[in-house]
Amino acid sequence: MSHKIIVPIGPYHPLQEEPEYFQLYVEGEKVVDIDIIIGYNHRGIEKLSESKHFDQVPFLVERICGICSSSHPYAYCLAVENILGGEANIVPEKALYIRTIIDELQRIHSHLLWLGLAGHFIGYNTVWMWAWKYREPVLDMFEMVTGNRNNYAMFKVGGVRRDLKDEDIPILKKMLDELSPGVDLFRGAIMDDPVIKMRLKGVGVLTRQQVVDWCVVGPTARASGVNMDIRRDEPYGVSDRLDWKVILEKDGDIFCKTIVRILELYESISIIRQSLNKMPKDGPIDAGVKDIPAGEGIGRVEAPRGECFHYIKSDGTNRPVRHKIRSPSFMNVASDKVSAVGGTISDATLTLAAVDPCYCCTERVAVINKTDKCKVMNGWDLIKLSQEKTLKLKEGYYGRPE
Amino acid sequence: MDIIKRAFTKSIWVFHMSVGSCNNCDIETLDCFTPRFDLERFGIQLIGSARHADALLVTGAMNKKAVLRMKKVYEQVPKPCVVVACGTCACSQHMFKYSYNVAEPLDKILPVDVYIPGCPPKPEAIISGIVKALDKIKKGK
Repeated sequence: MSHKIIVPIGPYHPLQEEPEYFQLYVEGEKVVDIDIIIGYNHRGIEKLSESKHFDQVPFLVERICGICSSSHPYAYCLAVENILGGEANIVPEKALYIRTIIDELQRIHSHLLWLGLAGHFIGYNTVWMWAWKYREPVLDMFEMVTGNRNNYAMFKVGGVRRDLKDEDIPILKKMLDELSPGVDLFRGAIMDDPVIKMRLKGVGVLTRQQVVDWCVVGPTARASGVNMDIRRDEPYGVSDRLDWKVILEKDGDIFCKTIVRILELYESISIIRQSLNKMPKDGPIDAGVKDIPAGEGIGRVEAPRGECFHYIKSDGTNRPVRHKIRSPSFMNVASDKVSAVGGTISDATLTLAAVDPCYCCTERVAVINKTDKCKVMNGWDLIKLSQEKTLKLKEGYYGRPE
Repeated sequence: MDIIKRAFTKSIWVFHMSVGSCNNCDIETLDCFTPRFDLERFGIQLIGSARHADALLVTGAMNKKAVLRMKKVYEQVPKPCVVVACGTCACSQHMFKYSYNVAEPLDKILPVDVYIPGCPPKPEAIISGIVKALDKIKKGK
């Protein structure tokens, strides 16, 4: 008769940067169940967004997550432009190219970051150091184009904030050329290394059916053979005018997820090169949008982790009435329940990290009941609770109404 | 006290803690330890346990749920220790000040020694902040 042992990971632990709390239920070496408890990072961004006007919100949503800090403002801008009549109709030509360039640069930096962390988790610190070394030139490119290494502040409704200078373009191309050998090195180091292959093959498998059942998105889904990419399915920016392909793998284990991310680096580099070549020399970069009419709009962007979805409701004033955000990690993190369960405890950390989780994006308010069950409450539930409390106090003070 | 001071300023071990940050400050902190900046050559090291730490590097706006854990972690750090507020969120709560889920600013909860502003601060700024903390210890806290 075996008995279950709970292994707690977190909320403060050296494994990941953000605070989150996992409970692994183990029997011997085998993980039989897993609980993910979040809420250590919730900052109430959706609610804060309703108190800012349309031009301020991009700065706020940029700070949802430091790694996808161009996907969130992009999805927000697409949502607002959806109310105004579509991105392609109002945003100037040059701004579309600049948006695509920033979005793809971010994908390169995010994938390199993940590769490094994954290398660190399996004990290959060399991979970690390499990946972060080759990530630095990408951040330099960001600094050159946008003025900051991480929060770019490039997106605004109807265009972009800063122009890409003509003299910067050859330097960007040169930096991209220097980046390619680094990625080649990676591909060789990871795809040909027998130890990494042994370590990652067949670990944390998500089958195609599980991916569909758990609504997994992005590279995690593509590694299991689900052909989905918002850049192709619902084109934004100039992604439909360029020549690139969606990377697909079949097996759904961590090795495939790594391969998908490495090969996507090449696609991103190629997309940026093509955009830099095709970008018009001059022209406006901002449509000068003044008023947002009443209406509802959605924006979907392929963030490095998957589909990032924003919903905006406007009532004709200068603030959104409702802003709903669904980030890719929200679906991907839940899939740990099937991918980590059944594996050994030494694989659990890697499996948890394999979906490239971002808990800043995923945060919700979690309320713990006395019955030890977790209940997620939305804004309306909180208001209802607050109103009920007032009612109770009122009753205590005045007595029960007849 | 002198021997503590001497040992303290030679190699400072940092425990990094995110209290509701957006990840940027955390990544830039990690970046300080990768090849371009490589803080480890000065003996400064990120460590996994708060019980071994000399400095506590806090990032992020103070999330109500995480603040309780942060206080517990602070109690575990051997004293004397340096508390570094890294990033504008930790310094002054940034744009999350009026959110319903953030508690009071960090310096109302813990005694902060060094503030590193920036959203996110560049690795150079973080390094300079930690060096300033060392200076502060040398001169006698």
